[in-house]
Amino acid sequence: MKALIVVTPKKTVLDPQGKAVANAIHQLGLPEVKDARVGRYIELTLEGSATEACKQKLEGICRDLLSNPVIEDYTLKIEK
Amino acid sequence: MRFGILQFPGSNCDQDCLHVLGPVLGQDAFYLWHKEDDLRQADCVVLPGGFSYGDYLRCGAIARFSPIMREVKKFAERGGLVIGICNGFQILVEAGLLPGALLRNRTLKFRCETVHLRVENNRTPFTNMCQPGQILRVPIAHGEGSYFADPQTLAEIQKNNQVAFRYCNEKGQINDASNPNGSVENIAGIVNARGNVLGMMPHPERASEGILGSEDGRVIFESILHWARQAVLTH
Repeated sequence: MKALIVVTPKKTVLDPQGKAVANAIHQLGLPEVKDARVGRYIELTLEGSATEACKQKLEGICRDLLSNPVIEDYTLKIEK
Repeated sequence: MRFGILQFPGSNCDQDCLHVLGPVLGQDAFYLWHKEDDLRQADCVVLPGGFSYGDYLRCGAIARFSPIMREVKKFAERGGLVIGICNGFQILVEAGLLPGALLRNRTLKFRCETVHLRVENNRTPFTNMCQPGQILRVPIAHGEGSYFADPQTLAEIQKNNQVAFRYCNEKGQINDASNPNGSVENIAGIVNARGNVLGMMPHPERASEGILGSEDGRVIFESILHWARQAVLTH
């Protein structure tokens, strides 16, 4: 089983890295790109299948360690 | 006074802090390895600068789970004095001991230079030897020092007078040009609501001896000593 976690800066938080990426994309000739946000992708490989207790723990880990809720949002997807 | 200086893998200002608190200020300063679970009767805990755990994930995110941090949390809850400098500040916000977060500098550049700070609150254990509005020349050295708090948290911080220092110019004016990293409202250092925990991005330990170009940072450590002396007198 795999847990796929994507962490992104909150919409209300300035993302200077995303801005720099958007600028570079404009220079490559794609001015249609209005905004870029740079986040982080984390892939966890787990033994066995996802129990409810395991999912709950993963949510907690996403909140406490993998993201900082003050400045970031996360999505957690479980894959078999 | 006993100063416990935390050492995480990747801390690199620990020796500077020990040098200033020990030989320069004549205090009993010692290291506390992050795996210890005893603060060894420290009166004040120092979280020094550096790159704890290589800044992996987020600055301070992993250090926060070190065994010693459980003790630091309990110590802070009892009213013990805790000062976090640079990476130490980042660890304190990650640990929830201070509000807000520290983001990548708006320029995306690591800034290593001397800045001016204006003392915004001189009634804390860390600033009580400062004049109101005193200007300090202290260096910064960080890539992730842009202080951020959501509007609600920020209002709370203002209401409780928790801003200890703001970045200013040499005249003490606070403006965008004197903001080295994009911190909201030029905030360079804050205390918790109770006032016993300070986090600051600038490095007072690098400005505590004349030979280093500024002694302005020393007043912060002297404030801690003064505070402790007064606490002894009144208890």
